Amino acid sequence: MIATLLQIATVFSLLSLLAFGGGAAALPDMQRAAVDVHHWVTGREFLDMFALSRAVPPGSLIVVLIGQKAAGVAGGLVALLAMFGPSSMLAYGVARVWHRAGGAAWRETLEQALAPVSVGLTIASGIAIARGTEHGWAAYAVTAVTTLVLAFTRLHPLAVMATGAMLLTLVGG
Amino acid sequence: MANRTNPRPASLGALFISFLVIGSTSFGGGLTGWIRRELVEKRGWLDDQQFLSCYALSQLVPGATNPNLAVLIGAQLRGAIGALVALAGLMLVPLAILLIIGTFYFAARGAPGGHWLNVALAGAGAAAIGFNIATGIRLARINIRRLGPALIAAAIVVGIGILRIPLLEVLLVMLPTSLALTLWQRTP
Repeated sequence: MIATLLQIATVFSLLSLLAFGGGAAALPDMQRAAVDVHHWVTGREFLDMFALSRAVPPGSLIVVLIGQKAAGVAGGLVALLAMFGPSSMLAYGVARVWHRAGGAAWRETLEQALAPVSVGLTIASGIAIARGTEHGWAAYAVTAVTTLVLAFTRLHPLAVMATGAMLLTLVGG
Repeated sequence: MANRTNPRPASLGALFISFLVIGSTSFGGGLTGWIRRELVEKRGWLDDQQFLSCYALSQLVPGATNPNLAVLIGAQLRGAIGALVALAGLMLVPLAILLIIGTFYFAARGAPGGHWLNVALAGAGAAAIGFNIATGIRLARINIRRLGPALIAAAIVVGIGILRIPLLEVLLVMLPTSLALTLWQRTP
Protein backbone atom coordinates (compact mmCIF):
# COMPACT_ATOMS: atom_id res chain seq x y z
CA MET A 1 0.00 0.00 0.00
CA ILE A 2 2.75 2.42 1.02
CA ALA A 3 4.74 1.27 -2.00
CA THR A 4 1.81 2.02 -4.30
CA LEU A 5 1.35 5.48 -2.76
CA LEU A 6 5.04 6.21 -3.28
CA GLN A 7 4.78 5.07 -6.90
CA ILE A 8 1.74 7.32 -7.40
CA ALA A 9 3.58 10.28 -5.87
CA THR A 10 6.64 9.69 -8.05
CA VAL A 11 4.79 9.17 -11.32
CA PHE A 12 2.45 12.14 -11.01
CA SER A 13 4.97 14.63 -9.66
CA LEU A 14 7.24 13.82 -12.62
CA LEU A 15 4.30 14.24 -15.01
CA SER A 16 3.44 17.52 -13.29
CA LEU A 17 6.83 19.00 -14.15
CA LEU A 18 6.97 17.57 -17.67
CA ALA A 19 3.53 18.76 -18.79
CA PHE A 20 4.58 21.73 -20.88
CA GLY A 21 1.56 23.31 -22.48
CA GLY A 22 -0.97 22.18 -19.91
CA GLY A 23 -2.32 19.01 -18.36
CA ALA A 24 -3.41 17.53 -21.68
CA ALA A 25 0.23 17.38 -22.77
CA ALA A 26 0.88 14.79 -20.07
CA LEU A 27 -2.00 12.49 -21.03
CA PRO A 28 -0.11 10.10 -23.37
CA ASP A 29 2.66 9.60 -20.80
CA MET A 30 0.09 9.26 -18.03
CA GLN A 31 -1.74 6.57 -19.98
CA ARG A 32 1.47 4.63 -20.48
CA ALA A 33 2.40 4.83 -16.79
CA ALA A 34 -1.04 4.03 -15.38
CA VAL A 35 -2.07 1.33 -17.87
CA ASP A 36 1.05 -0.35 -19.25
CA VAL A 37 3.71 0.12 -16.58
CA HIS A 38 1.89 0.01 -13.23
CA HIS A 39 -1.42 -1.64 -14.26
CA TRP A 40 -3.43 0.66 -11.99
CA VAL A 41 -6.27 0.85 -14.55
CA THR A 42 -7.17 -0.87 -17.82
CA GLY A 43 -7.10 1.00 -21.12
CA ARG A 44 -10.91 1.10 -21.17
CA GLU A 45 -11.06 2.48 -17.62
CA PHE A 46 -8.53 5.16 -18.55
CA LEU A 47 -10.75 6.35 -21.41
CA ASP A 48 -13.86 6.36 -19.19
CA MET A 49 -12.02 8.33 -16.51
CA PHE A 50 -10.81 10.79 -19.11
CA ALA A 51 -14.37 11.41 -20.33
CA LEU A 52 -15.65 11.82 -16.75
CA SER A 53 -12.89 14.21 -15.71
CA ARG A 54 -13.03 16.27 -18.92
CA ALA A 55 -16.37 17.76 -17.90
CA VAL A 56 -15.02 18.83 -14.52
CA PRO A 57 -12.67 21.81 -14.41
CA PRO A 58 -9.70 22.07 -14.51
CA GLY A 59 -9.46 18.87 -16.57
CA SER A 60 -6.39 17.24 -15.08
CA LEU A 61 -8.38 15.79 -12.18
CA ILE A 62 -8.29 12.42 -13.97
CA VAL A 63 -5.27 11.75 -11.71
CA VAL A 64 -7.62 11.61 -8.70
CA LEU A 65 -9.68 8.83 -10.29
CA ILE A 66 -6.57 6.87 -11.26
CA GLY A 67 -5.12 7.26 -7.77
CA GLN A 68 -8.44 6.28 -6.22
CA LYS A 69 -8.59 3.12 -8.32
CA ALA A 70 -4.97 2.21 -7.49
CA ALA A 71 -4.98 2.88 -3.73
CA GLY A 72 -8.35 4.14 -2.51
CA VAL A 73 -9.09 7.68 -1.29
CA ALA A 74 -5.53 8.07 0.02
CA GLY A 75 -4.27 7.25 -3.47
CA GLY A 76 -6.56 9.89 -4.96
CA LEU A 77 -5.30 12.55 -2.54
CA VAL A 78 -1.64 11.63 -3.08
CA ALA A 79 -2.17 11.79 -6.86
CA LEU A 80 -3.81 15.21 -6.50
CA LEU A 81 -0.97 16.64 -4.41
CA ALA A 82 1.68 15.10 -6.67
CA MET A 83 0.05 16.40 -9.87
CA PHE A 84 -0.58 19.97 -8.70
CA GLY A 85 2.02 20.52 -5.96
CA PRO A 86 5.31 20.76 -7.90
CA SER A 87 3.91 22.78 -10.82
CA SER A 88 2.08 25.13 -8.43
CA MET A 89 5.28 25.78 -6.50
CA LEU A 90 7.06 26.53 -9.75
CA ALA A 91 4.24 28.90 -10.77
CA TYR A 92 4.51 30.59 -7.38
CA GLY A 93 8.26 31.08 -7.87
CA VAL A 94 7.59 32.68 -11.26
CA ALA A 95 4.89 34.89 -9.72
CA ARG A 96 7.32 36.15 -7.04
CA VAL A 97 9.97 37.10 -9.55
CA TRP A 98 7.25 38.78 -11.60
CA HIS A 99 5.83 40.63 -8.61
CA ARG A 100 9.23 41.79 -7.40
CA ALA A 101 9.86 43.31 -10.81
CA GLY A 102 7.01 45.72 -9.99
CA GLY A 103 6.95 48.52 -12.53
CA ALA A 104 10.37 47.61 -13.92
CA ALA A 105 10.83 48.45 -17.57
CA TRP A 106 11.63 44.84 -18.53
CA ARG A 107 8.37 43.61 -17.00
CA GLU A 108 6.37 46.25 -18.83
CA THR A 109 8.10 45.27 -22.08
CA LEU A 110 7.54 41.57 -21.43
CA GLU A 111 3.86 42.17 -20.61
CA GLN A 112 3.40 43.98 -23.90
CA ALA A 113 5.18 41.20 -25.76
CA LEU A 114 3.15 38.48 -24.00
CA ALA A 115 -0.23 40.07 -24.78
CA PRO A 116 -0.54 39.07 -28.48
CA VAL A 117 0.95 35.64 -27.69
CA SER A 118 -1.75 35.03 -25.06
CA VAL A 119 -4.53 36.24 -27.32
CA GLY A 120 -3.31 33.83 -29.99
CA LEU A 121 -3.07 30.97 -27.48
CA THR A 122 -6.60 31.55 -26.16
CA ILE A 123 -8.13 31.31 -29.62
CA ALA A 124 -5.79 28.52 -30.77
CA SER A 125 -6.48 26.32 -27.75
CA GLY A 126 -10.22 26.49 -28.42
CA ILE A 127 -9.71 25.41 -32.03
CA ALA A 128 -7.19 22.72 -31.05
CA ILE A 129 -9.52 21.21 -28.43
CA ALA A 130 -12.37 21.13 -30.94
CA ARG A 131 -10.17 19.35 -33.50
CA GLY A 132 -8.69 16.99 -30.91
CA THR A 133 -12.03 15.62 -29.70
CA GLU A 134 -14.86 13.94 -31.57
CA HIS A 135 -16.39 17.06 -33.00
CA GLY A 136 -19.19 16.47 -35.52
CA TRP A 137 -20.78 19.16 -37.71
CA ALA A 138 -23.44 19.84 -35.08
CA ALA A 139 -20.80 20.38 -32.40
CA TYR A 140 -18.86 22.70 -34.71
CA ALA A 141 -22.04 24.66 -35.35
CA VAL A 142 -22.65 25.02 -31.60
CA THR A 143 -19.05 26.16 -31.12
CA ALA A 144 -19.26 28.70 -33.95
CA VAL A 145 -22.57 30.20 -32.82
CA THR A 146 -21.42 30.34 -29.19
CA THR A 147 -18.23 32.10 -30.25
CA LEU A 148 -20.15 34.80 -32.13
CA VAL A 149 -22.83 35.26 -29.47
CA LEU A 150 -20.36 35.53 -26.58
CA ALA A 151 -17.86 37.69 -28.45
CA PHE A 152 -20.40 40.28 -29.56
CA THR A 153 -23.29 40.23 -27.04
CA ARG A 154 -23.58 40.45 -23.26
CA LEU A 155 -25.59 37.23 -22.79
CA HIS A 156 -24.58 35.14 -19.78
CA PRO A 157 -22.16 32.34 -20.72
CA LEU A 158 -24.05 29.75 -18.62
CA ALA A 159 -27.29 30.42 -20.49
CA VAL A 160 -25.50 30.09 -23.82
CA MET A 161 -23.76 26.87 -22.76
CA ALA A 162 -26.98 25.34 -21.45
CA THR A 163 -28.63 26.19 -24.78
CA GLY A 164 -25.71 24.52 -26.58
CA ALA A 165 -26.11 21.36 -24.50
CA MET A 166 -29.86 21.24 -25.21
CA LEU A 167 -29.45 21.86 -28.94
CA LEU A 168 -26.91 19.09 -29.31
CA THR A 169 -29.06 16.69 -27.28
CA LEU A 170 -32.02 17.45 -29.59
CA VAL A 171 -29.95 16.82 -32.71
CA GLY A 172 -28.60 13.68 -31.04
CA GLY A 173 -24.91 14.53 -31.13
CA MET B 1 1.45 52.84 -16.28
CA ALA B 2 4.82 53.24 -14.54
CA ASN B 3 3.46 52.84 -11.04
CA ARG B 4 1.55 49.56 -11.18
CA THR B 5 -0.71 49.09 -8.19
CA ASN B 6 -3.73 46.84 -8.43
CA PRO B 7 -6.83 48.78 -9.41
CA ARG B 8 -8.76 47.44 -6.42
CA PRO B 9 -7.49 45.53 -3.35
CA ALA B 10 -8.68 41.94 -2.99
CA SER B 11 -9.51 40.47 0.41
CA LEU B 12 -8.62 36.81 0.97
CA GLY B 13 -12.26 35.92 1.57
CA ALA B 14 -13.40 37.56 -1.66
CA LEU B 15 -10.51 35.91 -3.53
CA PHE B 16 -11.58 32.49 -2.24
CA ILE B 17 -15.24 33.12 -3.13
CA SER B 18 -14.29 34.33 -6.62
CA PHE B 19 -12.27 31.22 -7.40
CA LEU B 20 -14.94 29.03 -5.80
CA VAL B 21 -17.45 30.60 -8.21
CA ILE B 22 -15.04 30.14 -11.13
CA GLY B 23 -14.45 26.47 -10.24
CA SER B 24 -18.18 25.87 -9.87
CA THR B 25 -19.33 27.60 -13.06
CA SER B 26 -16.70 26.39 -15.50
CA PHE B 27 -17.95 22.81 -15.85
CA GLY B 28 -17.37 21.57 -19.37
CA GLY B 29 -14.58 24.09 -19.94
CA GLY B 30 -14.22 27.76 -20.77
CA LEU B 31 -12.28 28.40 -17.58
CA THR B 32 -10.12 31.15 -19.06
CA GLY B 33 -13.27 33.04 -19.99
CA TRP B 34 -14.74 32.66 -16.53
CA ILE B 35 -11.56 33.83 -14.82
CA ARG B 36 -11.36 36.98 -16.94
CA ARG B 37 -15.08 37.68 -16.52
CA GLU B 38 -14.92 37.35 -12.74
CA LEU B 39 -11.55 38.97 -11.95
CA VAL B 40 -11.18 41.63 -14.65
CA GLU B 41 -14.74 42.58 -15.56
CA LYS B 42 -16.65 42.07 -12.31
CA ARG B 43 -14.08 42.53 -9.53
CA GLY B 44 -11.61 44.85 -11.25
CA TRP B 45 -8.65 43.29 -9.41
CA LEU B 46 -6.57 43.02 -12.55
CA ASP B 47 -6.43 44.90 -15.81
CA ASP B 48 -6.36 43.09 -19.14
CA GLN B 49 -2.61 43.39 -19.55
CA GLN B 50 -1.96 41.86 -16.11
CA PHE B 51 -4.45 39.10 -16.83
CA LEU B 52 -2.82 38.37 -20.19
CA SER B 53 0.69 38.23 -18.77
CA CYS B 54 -0.47 35.87 -15.99
CA TYR B 55 -2.18 33.78 -18.66
CA ALA B 56 0.97 33.57 -20.78
CA LEU B 57 3.10 32.71 -17.73
CA SER B 58 0.61 29.98 -16.74
CA GLN B 59 1.20 28.44 -20.17
CA LEU B 60 4.97 28.67 -19.89
CA VAL B 61 5.12 26.93 -16.49
CA PRO B 62 4.63 23.17 -16.85
CA GLY B 63 1.54 21.54 -15.38
CA ALA B 64 -2.18 22.12 -15.74
CA THR B 65 -2.73 25.65 -17.04
CA ASN B 66 -5.70 26.73 -14.97
CA PRO B 67 -4.37 25.84 -11.51
CA ASN B 68 -1.16 27.61 -12.57
CA LEU B 69 -3.22 30.65 -13.52
CA ALA B 70 -4.96 30.58 -10.12
CA VAL B 71 -1.58 30.41 -8.35
CA LEU B 72 -0.13 33.24 -10.45
CA ILE B 73 -3.12 35.54 -9.97
CA GLY B 74 -3.52 34.67 -6.28
CA ALA B 75 0.19 35.33 -5.68
CA GLN B 76 0.05 38.61 -7.58
CA LEU B 77 -2.94 39.83 -5.55
CA ARG B 78 -2.13 38.48 -2.07
CA GLY B 79 1.23 36.65 -2.04
CA ALA B 80 1.72 33.04 -0.91
CA ILE B 81 -1.56 32.83 1.04
CA GLY B 82 -3.37 34.32 -1.92
CA ALA B 83 -1.95 31.62 -4.18
CA LEU B 84 -3.09 28.87 -1.81
CA VAL B 85 -6.52 30.42 -1.33
CA ALA B 86 -7.08 30.83 -5.07
CA LEU B 87 -5.95 27.27 -5.83
CA ALA B 88 -8.08 25.80 -3.03
CA GLY B 89 -11.11 27.82 -4.13
CA LEU B 90 -10.69 26.69 -7.72
CA MET B 91 -10.34 22.98 -6.90
CA LEU B 92 -12.75 22.46 -4.00
CA VAL B 93 -16.10 22.03 -5.74
CA PRO B 94 -14.81 20.16 -8.83
CA LEU B 95 -12.82 17.81 -6.60
CA ALA B 96 -15.81 17.03 -4.39
CA ILE B 97 -18.00 16.42 -7.43
CA LEU B 98 -15.39 14.25 -9.14
CA LEU B 99 -14.98 12.12 -6.00
CA ILE B 100 -18.75 11.56 -5.95
CA ILE B 101 -18.84 10.79 -9.69
CA GLY B 102 -15.84 8.48 -9.25
CA THR B 103 -17.55 6.58 -6.43
CA PHE B 104 -20.62 6.07 -8.61
CA TYR B 105 -18.46 5.05 -11.54
CA PHE B 106 -16.60 2.45 -9.50
CA ALA B 107 -19.89 1.17 -8.05
CA ALA B 108 -21.90 0.81 -11.27
CA ARG B 109 -20.36 1.19 -14.70
CA GLY B 110 -22.28 1.92 -17.85
CA ALA B 111 -25.53 2.88 -16.14
CA PRO B 112 -28.56 3.49 -18.43
CA GLY B 113 -28.94 7.08 -19.60
CA GLY B 114 -25.18 7.39 -19.85
CA HIS B 115 -25.38 8.10 -23.58
CA TRP B 116 -27.65 11.13 -23.17
CA LEU B 117 -25.47 12.50 -20.43
CA ASN B 118 -22.46 12.16 -22.73
CA VAL B 119 -24.25 14.00 -25.55
CA ALA B 120 -25.32 16.80 -23.21
CA LEU B 121 -21.79 17.08 -21.88
CA ALA B 122 -20.47 17.20 -25.45
CA GLY B 123 -22.91 20.04 -26.21
CA ALA B 124 -21.84 22.02 -23.16
CA GLY B 125 -18.23 21.28 -24.10
CA ALA B 126 -18.73 22.56 -27.65
CA ALA B 127 -20.26 25.76 -26.27
CA ALA B 128 -17.46 26.08 -23.72
CA ILE B 129 -14.91 25.94 -26.52
CA GLY B 130 -16.83 28.78 -28.15
CA PHE B 131 -16.63 30.73 -24.87
CA ASN B 132 -12.83 30.41 -24.88
CA ILE B 133 -12.54 31.54 -28.50
CA ALA B 134 -14.96 34.42 -27.83
CA THR B 135 -12.81 35.51 -24.87
CA GLY B 136 -9.81 35.55 -27.20
CA ILE B 137 -11.71 37.70 -29.69
CA ARG B 138 -12.76 40.15 -26.95
CA LEU B 139 -9.19 40.36 -25.69
CA ALA B 140 -7.93 40.93 -29.23
CA ARG B 141 -10.40 43.77 -29.82
CA ILE B 142 -9.36 45.51 -26.60
CA ASN B 143 -5.62 44.85 -26.51
CA ILE B 144 -4.36 44.53 -30.06
CA ARG B 145 -4.26 47.80 -31.94
CA ARG B 146 -1.31 47.39 -34.27
CA LEU B 147 -0.53 45.20 -37.24
CA GLY B 148 2.57 43.53 -35.77
CA PRO B 149 0.92 42.09 -32.64
CA ALA B 150 -2.14 41.12 -34.72
CA LEU B 151 0.09 39.11 -37.06
CA ILE B 152 1.76 37.39 -34.11
CA ALA B 153 -1.60 36.41 -32.60
CA ALA B 154 -2.81 35.19 -36.02
CA ALA B 155 0.36 33.14 -36.58
CA ILE B 156 -0.16 31.39 -33.22
CA VAL B 157 -3.80 30.64 -34.02
CA VAL B 158 -2.83 29.09 -37.35
CA GLY B 159 0.27 27.30 -35.99
CA ILE B 160 -1.40 25.63 -33.02
CA GLY B 161 -5.07 25.56 -34.03
CA ILE B 162 -4.78 24.63 -37.70
CA LEU B 163 -1.30 23.20 -38.33
CA ARG B 164 -1.14 21.57 -34.86
CA ILE B 165 2.49 22.45 -34.25
CA PRO B 166 3.48 21.59 -30.64
CA LEU B 167 3.01 24.48 -28.21
CA LEU B 168 6.62 24.46 -27.04
CA GLU B 169 7.96 24.92 -30.58
CA VAL B 170 5.50 27.70 -31.34
CA LEU B 171 6.42 29.55 -28.15
CA LEU B 172 10.14 29.15 -28.81
CA VAL B 173 9.68 31.01 -32.09
CA MET B 174 6.85 33.45 -31.32
CA LEU B 175 7.94 34.71 -27.89
CA PRO B 176 11.31 36.05 -29.09
CA THR B 177 9.60 37.43 -32.21
CA SER B 178 7.02 39.29 -30.14
CA LEU B 179 9.70 40.56 -27.75
CA ALA B 180 11.85 41.79 -30.63
CA LEU B 181 8.85 43.53 -32.17
CA THR B 182 7.96 45.23 -28.87
CA LEU B 183 11.53 46.48 -28.41
CA TRP B 184 11.74 47.63 -32.02
CA GLN B 185 8.49 49.59 -31.75
CA ARG B 186 9.73 51.19 -28.52
CA THR B 187 12.86 52.66 -30.07
CA PRO B 188 12.04 56.03 -31.60
